[in-house]
Amino acid sequence: MSNVVAQYNERDSGLSGTLVRWVNTWGRVVISGMSTVGDMAIFFWRIMVWMTTTRPQRETLMPNFYAVGVLSLPVVALTGTFIGMVLAVHTHVQFKSIGLESKLGAVINMSLVRELGPVLAATMLAGRVGSAMAAVIGTMRVTEQIDALVAMGANPIHYLVVPRFLACVLLIPALTVMADFMGIVGGYFYSVNVLGIDHAQYLRNSREFVGGFDFFCGIFKSVFFGAIIAVVSCYRGFNCQAGAEGVGKAATASFVHGFVLILIVDLVLNIALNGVYAALWPRGVKLF
Amino acid sequence: MVPVSARIPNSDNISSERQSRSGPLVIVRKLSVIFGKNTILDNISIEIPAGQTLVIIGESGCGKTMLLKCLIGLLKPTRGEVIFDGRDINKMGDVELTKLRRRFGFVFQNAALFDSMTIGQNVAFPLRQLESENFHGESQVIVNRLAEVGLPESVIFKRPAQLSGGMRKRVGIARALMLNPDLVLYDEPTTGLDPIMSDVINELMMRTRQRYPVTSVIVTHDMHTARKVADRVIMLYPQSRLKAGQSQVLYDGPPSEIDQCSDRRVLQFVRGEAGERLTEMRQSSTGWEMETPHIDSFDK
Repeated sequence: MSNVVAQYNERDSGLSGTLVRWVNTWGRVVISGMSTVGDMAIFFWRIMVWMTTTRPQRETLMPNFYAVGVLSLPVVALTGTFIGMVLAVHTHVQFKSIGLESKLGAVINMSLVRELGPVLAATMLAGRVGSAMAAVIGTMRVTEQIDALVAMGANPIHYLVVPRFLACVLLIPALTVMADFMGIVGGYFYSVNVLGIDHAQYLRNSREFVGGFDFFCGIFKSVFFGAIIAVVSCYRGFNCQAGAEGVGKAATASFVHGFVLILIVDLVLNIALNGVYAALWPRGVKLF
Repeated sequence: MVPVSARIPNSDNISSERQSRSGPLVIVRKLSVIFGKNTILDNISIEIPAGQTLVIIGESGCGKTMLLKCLIGLLKPTRGEVIFDGRDINKMGDVELTKLRRRFGFVFQNAALFDSMTIGQNVAFPLRQLESENFHGESQVIVNRLAEVGLPESVIFKRPAQLSGGMRKRVGIARALMLNPDLVLYDEPTTGLDPIMSDVINELMMRTRQRYPVTSVIVTHDMHTARKVADRVIMLYPQSRLKAGQSQVLYDGPPSEIDQCSDRRVLQFVRGEAGERLTEMRQSSTGWEMETPHIDSFDK
């Protein structure tokens, strides 16, 4: 194949030459993409094996729990608050034009609990923690610290990746709840105090339209988002290219790929969860 | 609670056990490492008897570090076997290999100390991997190990970034020796150090061998180190001078006889002479040649 491409490159003319180069370029992209997906699946499988067979050490767990859970809390809370207020600003204009501004509480809270809370918490986590994970593990790879771990009889997946994975998966639901709560507070504050929506109507509409299943959907999705952030970031760090540029690229790729994957999985999960809801409660009865 | 000293193999017992061992500790058979179309190591066979200090020399890019990494299973060779104490390490599973690696010590080129840990935590790391966290008396063992490499107790709470290159290397040696390994591998231990600190590291390697009759494999460019510490020297050399890799063993013998070697390429390396190499490099248009450190220094 490469000989054929080389021949066409030499000639560098004609429709068939262009076609071969096009197929070559895209073929390479597809093969590379497929092999990355395969590698990542094997990487995930190894995380699962080490996580279920060997107990992680407390000294590796605690710093990661602190970095993911405690240090991410302020930024998630702050962005949650502002997203709630921004939603109020935008939806008020639209809803007022059709005379439905009293329903503002329903749309703001539904959007937050079902979609924006989990995605926002995941985005913050991917940016703040995921990039840092890729950079730390990438630097360890480049400076042979991962080889040193292996040489001393420690498995890097067990020592470096499992604690990060557990921290992301177990603590992202808590961060999502915080983003939901602060968004609801921000939306309520802006709608009632600035836009002058009636406090009682706002709360009644929120209660009426937002149910337990919506809250469950957000939390359920966040667990997948946490797993994606940990796996993509650690994988990128492990496969980091040499040098400072390699570490920078790994950090960037971890965020970009992680975020794209989060949105894709978000769509799939939303479709699936809507299907589940429709199957369980065809008349639209709420969970509780 | 388990005393730390009980977990570390006793040095006196080790001495008698290792001295009574006969035959090679490591056997490398027809080992080849190939990346894509590039053959880096080509059909290398070496036997390393227990207690021997083997120094591997060769030009940059000839695959010395790769050979070292194959010995410990950090790199899987494309072909061939690496047999340690009668067992082929490439046929071992993850768990078995992880346990076996506790019998190795590896001193990395830039020490590879963990930045996020203090020096004390770095040195204690192999010990903590042994089994559990239920150790006591750990700090005394760390102090003793650091003292063996000439470092004061005060460095325990420092971070690797706060130490000089020579001190970091010595911490790396202390960490590698923590579990009294059977085989210690040194990757360019004196690179980047001043002559005095290089000699300190050489002395440390010799003292380690005297104290525990450990088998050592040292990869270096430094002929002074090779002459001082080696029982045996192996020189790797690429088959083709115009292409990196495809390295084979060009010299295998005691350091005292390397100057009498009849092969001109060995003598040129030992004496640090470029000879016709410089002309070849200038004529060559391959990228690899331009990357060698030799050509930079000549061009200046």
